Amino acid sequence: MPFIPHTDDEIREMLTAIGVDSIEDLFDEIPRNLIIDEKKLQGIPNAMSEMEVARLIKNRAAKDKNGLCFVGAGAYEHHIPAPIWEIVGRGEFMTAYTPYQAEASQGGLQLLYEYQTMMASLTGMDASNASLYDGASGLAEAVLMAVRCNRKSKSKYILMPGTVHPYYRQVVKSIVTHQEIKIIELPFDEVTGITELASLNDYASEDIAALVIPQPNFFGCLEEVDALTNWASEHNAISIAVVNPTSLALLKEPGKWGEQGADIVCGEGQPFGTPLSAGGPYFGFLCTKKAYIRQMPGRIIGCTSDKDGKSGYVLTLQAREQHIRRSKATSNICTNEGLIVAAATIYMSLLGPQGLRKVAAVCHNQTKKLVEHLSKVKKISIRFNNAYFHEVVLHLPIPAKEFIAKMDEKNIVAGFDLGSVYEGMEKDLLICCTETKTDQDIDLYVQSLAEILQ
Amino acid sequence: MSNNVPEGLRYTKSHEWVKLESNGNCTIGITDHAQGMLGDIVFVDLPAVDKAVAAEEECCTIESVKAATDTYSPIAGTIVEVNTKLESSPNLVNNDPYGDGWLFRVKPKNADDINKLMTAEEYKKFEEE
Repeated sequence: MPFIPHTDDEIREMLTAIGVDSIEDLFDEIPRNLIIDEKKLQGIPNAMSEMEVARLIKNRAAKDKNGLCFVGAGAYEHHIPAPIWEIVGRGEFMTAYTPYQAEASQGGLQLLYEYQTMMASLTGMDASNASLYDGASGLAEAVLMAVRCNRKSKSKYILMPGTVHPYYRQVVKSIVTHQEIKIIELPFDEVTGITELASLNDYASEDIAALVIPQPNFFGCLEEVDALTNWASEHNAISIAVVNPTSLALLKEPGKWGEQGADIVCGEGQPFGTPLSAGGPYFGFLCTKKAYIRQMPGRIIGCTSDKDGKSGYVLTLQAREQHIRRSKATSNICTNEGLIVAAATIYMSLLGPQGLRKVAAVCHNQTKKLVEHLSKVKKISIRFNNAYFHEVVLHLPIPAKEFIAKMDEKNIVAGFDLGSVYEGMEKDLLICCTETKTDQDIDLYVQSLAEILQ
Repeated sequence: MSNNVPEGLRYTKSHEWVKLESNGNCTIGITDHAQGMLGDIVFVDLPAVDKAVAAEEECCTIESVKAATDTYSPIAGTIVEVNTKLESSPNLVNNDPYGDGWLFRVKPKNADDINKLMTAEEYKKFEEE
């Protein structure tokens, strides 16, 4: 029974009053062929009771193998200190949605303010928003923002390296192509696995609105970010950095790339305290230089002082937003991932800059160990000859798909099959090693691999 | 509220003023009445130089603590100059709307267009209505 407070009698009375025979007649403007007959719905099972659903899900959960995970490809397994979700689970954080009412939301607002401060510092930017849905939609928002920021460009052409996460590229395409924005893909070097700088020459005399720069790129390789950023500023293009936040503890922050630094920095925040889960919820971050904040999407929290001189936190720069600017808003996304951001903020504050550096360093060291061990195995090779952070591409003598299935039998999640997203890379496997993998885990991986390939 | 309407300028119903300069270009700003209605101005989003504008086309956004409003070009032409001082001191629009608080300059397509706009007297009358 649906929870509608009207009785059948009342409904009939109302229909009689307005002179309509049935409720269906109220919707007669909907074409018949668009109306779905509930009885004919296919593939939808019958309703279940709560008890039945609980049993079903329990059975499904039992199928989870929780194998030893060496997959990264955009979502990374990191140790999550116990206090994080203990604190996030407090009732005060549970309704972490946009805090419109500053007088009743000082705690939540302060948390977001601290989050923004930490993200700005980590990326070397002047400002951060209060988060977006995820890394992929964050990049799409960054592209839209770049087009708004770039007053010198009339083209709406975006240069997008093929080394950007393939899923991100798909999401960007879905979101921006209907706004007359054209995405031009840049090739990568087959030997080094990074964007070919020479390929930019083709666009030197063209009007380019923005250049996307991934670091590390999808293959785990380190791009020549200084040269790419400089190319963008020399050609009046906005530079958009897509970065892994963990890597920023070791790598140069985008604010210092090239002569002038990147203009917009975005990425996926999941590595900071969010457990792996299919489909999220994760969160996206977006930071920028002061000159561009009026074009920044999303909520921004500011610090001010009240009439007694005490500091307080409020939503700021709201004139960008839809509730004030309506159709002309530069920000049409007011949702932030409040709860996940709370976890990330606590993660960053518990680890501190030193802790973050340590996590990043261990990730890199363990990956290096894995690569060194693997290089002793015959029949396989490291596909790209380049510096990496915590992911590398392994070239196998057999299709990666087959290899993954065989490793699965040994309860090891072996990596990401690059053939599923790149043509001709069927034998290439993207593997990742974070601080969660011990020396024994690495030995086990290499040993299992050797057994399968012998 | 102050309501200064200087003689010699032309005015629009959307509360912009236009001044014909000796070189034929037009300087555009918002009236004393408009700045008073907006309140403290915190940001002015200026148009790009060389941009072609049609008459009554929105080309500039003024953001105050209360609202964000669009400002229109009263005449068709090309933007030849913008008041870059407003980038760091947007409050000039409040303090000196007819002087240092000017917004942008347009090279008119037709020099006669300015005569279609209201005189100071007509604008005063329009405001009273």
